[in-house]
Amino acid sequence: MRAIGHIAVNVFRESVRDKVLYSIVAFAVMLIAVSYLLAQLTAGQDLKIIKDLGLASIATFGLLMAIFIGIGLVWKEVERRSIYGLLTKPIRRWEFILGKYVGLVLTLLVNVAVMTAAFYAVLAYQGWGVDELARRAWPAPPMDPALLSAIALILVELMLVTGIALFFSTFSGPFLSAVLTLGLWVIGHFNTDLRNFENVVESRAAAWLARGLYYALPNFDTFDIKAQVVQGQHVAASYIALSVLYGMVYPALVLTGAVAIFSRRDFK
Amino acid sequence: MDAIRTEALTKHFTVGFWRPRPYLALEALTLQIGHGEVFGFLGPNGAGKTTTLKLLMQLIYPTSGHAEILGRPVGDVEVKRRIGYLPENPYFYDYLTAEELLEYFSALFGHSAAERRRRASALLDEVGIGAERRLQLRKFSKGMLQRVGIAQALINDPEVVFFDEPMSGLDPLGRRHIRELILRLRDRGCTVFFSSHVLSDAEALCSRVAILANGRLVSQGALSEILAVTIRGWELVVSGLTETALAHAQSSAGIRGATRLGPERYALELPMTVPPEHLLAKLVAAGATLVSLNPLHDTLEDFFVRQVAAAPEERGLESTRG
Repeated sequence: MRAIGHIAVNVFRESVRDKVLYSIVAFAVMLIAVSYLLAQLTAGQDLKIIKDLGLASIATFGLLMAIFIGIGLVWKEVERRSIYGLLTKPIRRWEFILGKYVGLVLTLLVNVAVMTAAFYAVLAYQGWGVDELARRAWPAPPMDPALLSAIALILVELMLVTGIALFFSTFSGPFLSAVLTLGLWVIGHFNTDLRNFENVVESRAAAWLARGLYYALPNFDTFDIKAQVVQGQHVAASYIALSVLYGMVYPALVLTGAVAIFSRRDFK
Repeated sequence: MDAIRTEALTKHFTVGFWRPRPYLALEALTLQIGHGEVFGFLGPNGAGKTTTLKLLMQLIYPTSGHAEILGRPVGDVEVKRRIGYLPENPYFYDYLTAEELLEYFSALFGHSAAERRRRASALLDEVGIGAERRLQLRKFSKGMLQRVGIAQALINDPEVVFFDEPMSGLDPLGRRHIRELILRLRDRGCTVFFSSHVLSDAEALCSRVAILANGRLVSQGALSEILAVTIRGWELVVSGLTETALAHAQSSAGIRGATRLGPERYALELPMTVPPEHLLAKLVAAGATLVSLNPLHDTLEDFFVRQVAAAPEERGLESTRG
């Protein structure tokens, strides 16, 4: 287990020394800040615009980081042959995979925290000096703690994306891994439609196939509570807990697959 | 118990996408290497040396056969704790400094922070990396990376080290430095297994060698035995030998060649079939003085060229081995 920690710290160190990552985070923070200006152009929707744009920025740039770092995690080590030096140290292959995963999750955690801090700073500025009457018109307060639950679920979603990217990275190149991960992410957002497929088709086989795919493919929609939170609607704690549980179990299965493939792999 | 043992170790790769075909990378390699030996694993490019090392490091899995290091199966974490490995043309994380890389690898062995710093510093001194140790590895030359690679292979004070082409990319001074390092490792009781196609390195360092060609072992044994069986004659160096006496000796004693080294000083080459005692007695009687008498051995290079040329070539398809 100690090896996993050391490998994870090294992944984190690689990320913080990567200028591309800084650019992504800087761009995200800038976009969150710009949301304040956009909010000024709307009448009565200012806070909603900031929250929508802020949460969307965190989700989108987090996704970019998870995919573009995740797809290179294993591939880069194999392609550049740095894996020869590492795997001959007293570590097991599954520790290597888990270390890489934990390292990227740690990186995402820190970056999401930075974006969240920028988001709350903009919200605090927006709410500063606003009179009580205007406040009452808002569906939720600017510094609404419920936003944190939406951000937490974004982070759990990113953990799942990371697991999938890492899985593909164990046997394919970065381009294919990026396409497959992004493809699954898009499909995963329409997963609920697969469940309802049986209501619109006659064929029993097609209905079963759709039902099978619904369970097999990741359901990313389950992590999206942004709209409810922005509108000030209550999201049940049990729903959040179940989503988090799903976001733990699915990556665990994906990582098990990644370890199974990686453990049998020849590094020519 | 041997330090390294392989039994019929075989690796076939599959090549071709539409019509996959097996390709022989290594065929039934059986080796036993004792503790404290410096073992040279020789062969031309593409002979299967790197494939063998990767099998021993379990970076690839054998098609058949078995390998053990220190009495345990290769890939065992307990084995990895006691060995070191330098890959061919090593590449490490270029965003780390040499110090950070060594400390990172040291941490994987469970060393404390102070111990990591001590080991990294001592090893970088030993391989001749000075102030550059605080530069990121992306700024390192090939030779410097090679030195870092050797240092990381020794971070755990291993009992067995595997060096894949350790002299690659090094300048003459660096090669000498690494030769001395290998001899120091031997003196400490460490078993050194190194692959090379530079025969002078093997000749200078190894107690035993194995020669691999086209994926097959063509010869192995102690260097002294390999070269002793191929004594091809004698070299006699004499002084005080006049040209007349030399001409007389050449006509009667079967001398294969004579090289003038100085005034009345010659090196005479005799075939193996002619005992040198008889000629020596004649020359001394003619007033010459013996300076030296030595058997003429094949060099390792002569032996190597003969063995590789005689190796069977059929092995499947185009080369994918290192």
